[in-house]
Amino acid sequence: EFRRFSLERSKPGKFEEFYGLLQHVHKIPNVDVLVGYTDIHGDLLPINNDDNYHKAVSTANPLLRIFIQRKEDADYSAFGTDTMTRKKNVLSNVLRPDNHKKKPHIVISMPQDFRPVSSIIDVDILPETHRRVRLYKYGTDKPLGFYIRDGSSVRVTPHGLEKVPGIFISRLVPGGLAQSTGLLAVNDEVLEVNGIEVSGKSLDQVTDMMIANSRNLIITVRPANQRNNVVRNSRTSGSSGQSTESSLPSSTPNILANFLQGEEESDEEDIIIEDSGEPQQIPKAAPTSESLESLTQIELLHESTQNGFLPSSEMNLNHSAGSISIECEVQDPEHKSLEEDGTIITL
Amino acid sequence: MRRFLRPGHDPVRERLKRDLFQFNKTVEHGFPHQPSALGYSPFLRLMAIGTRSGAIKLYGAPGVEFMGLHEENNTVMQIHFIPDQCQLVTLLDDNSLHLWSLKQHSGASELQEEHRFTLKGPPGSPPSATQITAVLPHSSREVLYLGTESGNIFVAELPSFQVLEDRTITSEAVLQWVPEDYCNRRSCELEALREHPKAPDQILIGYSRGLIVLWDLQNNKATHHFLGSQQLENLYWQRDGSKFISCHYDGSYTQWPVSSDNRQPEPLENLVPYGPFPCKAISKIYWQTTKNGLPYIIFQGGMPRASYGDRHSISVVHGSQQTAFDFTSRVIDFFIIFSSEPTAEFDDPSAMVVLAEEELVVIDLKTAGWPAVHPPYLASLHCSAITCSHHVSNIPLKLWERIISAGSKQNIHYSNMPWPIDGGTNIAPDPPQRDLLLTGHEDGTVRFWDASGVCLHLLYKLSTVRVFLTDADPNDNMNTLGEDEWPPLRKVGTFDPYSDDPRLGIQKIFLCKYSGYLAVAGTAGQVLVMELNDEDAEHVVDHAEADLLQDQEGYRWKGHEKLKTRDGPVRFEAGFQPFVLVQCQPPAVVTSLALHSEWKLVAFGTSHGFGLFDHQQKRLVFVKCTLHPSDQLALEGPLSRVKSLKKSLRQSFRRIRRSRVSSRKRRGVSGNASEVQEANAKFDQDALQEMELAPVQRKIEARSAEDSFTGFVRTLYFADTFLRDTSRHCPSLWAGTNGGTVYAFCLRVPPAERRMDEPVRAEQAKEIQLMHRAPVVGILVLDGRSTPLPEPLEVAHDLSKSPDMQGSHQLLVVSEEQFKVFTLPKVSSKLKLKLTALEGCRVRKVTVANFGSCKTDDYSENDLAVLTNLGDVQIISLPFLKLQIRYPCIRKEDVSGIASCVFTKYGQGFYLISPSEFERFSLSTKWLVEPRCIVDVPEVTSNNHVHKKSGMENAARKSRSSGDYGEDERKSGRLMEHALLNDEKVLKEIQSTLEGGR
Repeated sequence: EFRRFSLERSKPGKFEEFYGLLQHVHKIPNVDVLVGYTDIHGDLLPINNDDNYHKAVSTANPLLRIFIQRKEDADYSAFGTDTMTRKKNVLSNVLRPDNHKKKPHIVISMPQDFRPVSSIIDVDILPETHRRVRLYKYGTDKPLGFYIRDGSSVRVTPHGLEKVPGIFISRLVPGGLAQSTGLLAVNDEVLEVNGIEVSGKSLDQVTDMMIANSRNLIITVRPANQRNNVVRNSRTSGSSGQSTESSLPSSTPNILANFLQGEEESDEEDIIIEDSGEPQQIPKAAPTSESLESLTQIELLHESTQNGFLPSSEMNLNHSAGSISIECEVQDPEHKSLEEDGTIITL
Repeated sequence: MRRFLRPGHDPVRERLKRDLFQFNKTVEHGFPHQPSALGYSPFLRLMAIGTRSGAIKLYGAPGVEFMGLHEENNTVMQIHFIPDQCQLVTLLDDNSLHLWSLKQHSGASELQEEHRFTLKGPPGSPPSATQITAVLPHSSREVLYLGTESGNIFVAELPSFQVLEDRTITSEAVLQWVPEDYCNRRSCELEALREHPKAPDQILIGYSRGLIVLWDLQNNKATHHFLGSQQLENLYWQRDGSKFISCHYDGSYTQWPVSSDNRQPEPLENLVPYGPFPCKAISKIYWQTTKNGLPYIIFQGGMPRASYGDRHSISVVHGSQQTAFDFTSRVIDFFIIFSSEPTAEFDDPSAMVVLAEEELVVIDLKTAGWPAVHPPYLASLHCSAITCSHHVSNIPLKLWERIISAGSKQNIHYSNMPWPIDGGTNIAPDPPQRDLLLTGHEDGTVRFWDASGVCLHLLYKLSTVRVFLTDADPNDNMNTLGEDEWPPLRKVGTFDPYSDDPRLGIQKIFLCKYSGYLAVAGTAGQVLVMELNDEDAEHVVDHAEADLLQDQEGYRWKGHEKLKTRDGPVRFEAGFQPFVLVQCQPPAVVTSLALHSEWKLVAFGTSHGFGLFDHQQKRLVFVKCTLHPSDQLALEGPLSRVKSLKKSLRQSFRRIRRSRVSSRKRRGVSGNASEVQEANAKFDQDALQEMELAPVQRKIEARSAEDSFTGFVRTLYFADTFLRDTSRHCPSLWAGTNGGTVYAFCLRVPPAERRMDEPVRAEQAKEIQLMHRAPVVGILVLDGRSTPLPEPLEVAHDLSKSPDMQGSHQLLVVSEEQFKVFTLPKVSSKLKLKLTALEGCRVRKVTVANFGSCKTDDYSENDLAVLTNLGDVQIISLPFLKLQIRYPCIRKEDVSGIASCVFTKYGQGFYLISPSEFERFSLSTKWLVEPRCIVDVPEVTSNNHVHKKSGMENAARKSRSSGDYGEDERKSGRLMEHALLNDEKVLKEIQSTLEGGR
């Protein structure tokens, strides 16, 4: 099924709009598709964001050949360098995927389908000997998969070395989130859970805290293996021994708390089923007096967006109210945290 | 930004908080756990009970109570009041003596420890030399005679506890007066010391091997000796001092005459009351004279060893009447209340007070048949184990009176005698309101306690057993004994820890104080709805079944069976009488219960689901299964029994092993075969290694829908609120589960005139799934003014403002981890407080409580009172969910204490500190129930006063002497002391004035 239509080269607009246009002209408004094009070298390359969309439009000579595949039966391996030369007839491959009975390729999903599972954060404010790891549990069925235990660690105090009780990772479940990240290991000492120090808390208390934060768990550990630490030049003055003895920088809890609160809210939407209908996420109650403040912040953000990106396309009539759609975007991390700030105020 | 909005920086609020909140543990209700000693002062008419944990509690007239705690937490072995003083001496099992005084302080008496003392022997002497076995506070109030294992009697001065060495009565000194052939038997250990009732300078000394000596203190010589052949247990003087009685290990007692002519008298009478077969020891005996000449002989023990050796008995013999009171727990001690007037000619005993291990029993000896007296305090809360409790504040007078009258019909077998232990005066203000504490018990009973004041008093006892068919027939009285039964045993007391059927256990109670409807639910899924009836009645209990599994198939319940019901009409005594029984199927334990007396609906939940029953039409309205299809564990049987049993078994094995390790270590030190030691060491190492290899670890995993017991219904709540739209409010039922789900059902209750004609309808309106999936422990609706909705019928009784139905309502959902406020009817989240994520503690109990200001009468506010799994009590404000204040209340290891906690509607609370004791605490500055009482200082003669003062001075000096005072002053102090105490003339004078005074 072929469609042919024109596009103004100087004002290609955004990918989203283009995507909508494609769906429109193919009359497949609710079908998720993969978009690809053949570049000058004959390679089949994906279009999935503004940048490669602009690239595709600018390199069209003069015709831009675009291939659309249903996402569910997409053949990711079709993309890549030399794909066009390797397989003479891409179309047959693409349109009749059941024809080709090659060995199954390892499926690597599209970048937009990637979802973070873990990250090391706050590297700039933590001592080198510590590591703050964030595990993103939401959206995955993978268990967190680790155990903690009581233990004792040695601290440097003004009175010399002192043995103090501590909490340690005792076991990683193979295949669990914790193990698959490679950021946590057995015998790592747990120092903080979501910005709250665990010293003085019992094993059960720390367990409860971790489970309560399990959907977005941030644990600060002192890794048992200190050899993989990144030596940072900015901190050469302080020996690593010193940073071990000192507790975390005083500013961290606050920064972290703010940061955490913002992040945490997003994963916590409870679900409501009204009159045995469809489950929906429970919205936040309309912010009261503080709403003005958060609105102005959103305005500011919108302006910055406009400065940073190309202005929205005029040819796209569907999205003439483009400025509103930007506000709705949830992908911009900065935007999200600001919005959450708004709700924090109502707390 | 959050930082700046934190509570706690507003000075006005801070001041208000001080006026509203205050934490106090006010009083301990119930029966002391593990009592170990009993004392009584006929002069103060106060009783003292010591416990194995070192507590000492004094009781007098209702409301008069004092408590003290020995720092050592050692077992209290003996308690002795100092004659005619507000003082008592306790002996602990570490051989230390403690002097306690009742002192007046700002208008009320307080119990204070004044001195402590441990008897020290000469260097190198064995510990038995100073191991105290008998204590005799002399009537002179100056000295204590301390009998020891070595047979020596030491004399300690009061109140300083200074030992007067020159007055020590050594066993050698005593034995030189005894015939030689008897001396060979080295009767050493001192068993009893008794002062002559008429001549204070004569004391009776009893040694354990049977030798008894009457010792003259003045002349330091034995005037009489009595050669008993049996091991001695105790001694008792008759009132006139002409005879005394000794009781023995072989179950016999002997009467001995004391006359001036015979220095070595033969026994008057020697009797084994429950002979001729071997009997157990008689450990204590009283001989009480009466006007009619027939004495009361009262003794503890003495039962025939073979057939009744396991009984805990006290026998009372009066002429031809004889009864052996049979107690269900070990007798710790007992005393007789008799006429203590020195001028009275006879003892005329009026009551016997028995402290058993699990209860206090008082027997009226004046009324024929010797009935028991109903104690106003020291109730045995645990006469059957407590399984749940429910508190209702501010009971309307009408209901109160009806409950009392129902209870009085149950108590007809009690004596009418006024409470005989009536010392001290209760000066506490009258309790502000009538409060009921209801306790559910393992045997299927509910007990109603008057919890208004300091004395937790049983008002009425309700039994649900009659509704069911159980193995034990309630009419089968094990206690009926024929006329000629011997020994004449009579069971007394209420402590009965054995339950016929654990399924009868009460798990949830809900009382509507306005209508008198009571709902009670139990272990086997039974839910009973009851009504208060002032008359006995016989009727059929309507019976319904609620199949909570509905169409879920393929499940098999492996737990207990449901209870069988009695067919036909059942006779119920006046009081709460059941009229509806709903049995859940499967018969799992009922985990939540709610009653709405205005709509005449009762809701109940188990681990499988919940149901709603219309008790007016006696029709099941609906059931809802909450079970997750994959949750096999919940289905199979009584609550994770399998799992927890496994776990506890493992733990106990671990414990055993650990204790074995340590005990072996100890044995190893004492030195045995080196081989054994080696083996032990190896074992120790292995055990240690094992412990290190498998440390206690906790799994970190997010909760999921597939977890077990997510369907367990934790809370049920009725509310008249906006469920569908803002224009119409309607009755609704809310349920919260262990898996963080909240269900809301819209109810249609027909108007009163058509209530019987139209069915109650229910329709599910909402289902909220909390994403953190923690158990929902509380649901509450706040009205337009953010005030919690009133209880049913509260408005109708003009006791509450009607709720604001104009503004929008809010829903508060409390899970173990978070507090969340949602708007209604459109559910959107408004506020939350994340407790666990921030503090690592979880909510165990939560209630709305009203706090009044202690400064102004017109200010009060509603807050949430919360108990966490760490045993902290927190107050959280409504509706803004701000933490106000936090107090540590219960040790976090005390799981049963935390589980037993109930809050009242006015910021007080109760929790079990032992199976038999409730600790009462208060979070409110305004509502505080604590003992406040006064014990009058006895009149003292001026002479004695002077003496007492000098004693005090000595004590003060003594304590100072160790300080930086000069040697001179110390010496002079010593001299004074000696002069005063060694001058026999002075002593004698004091004694004579004392006797004159009496």
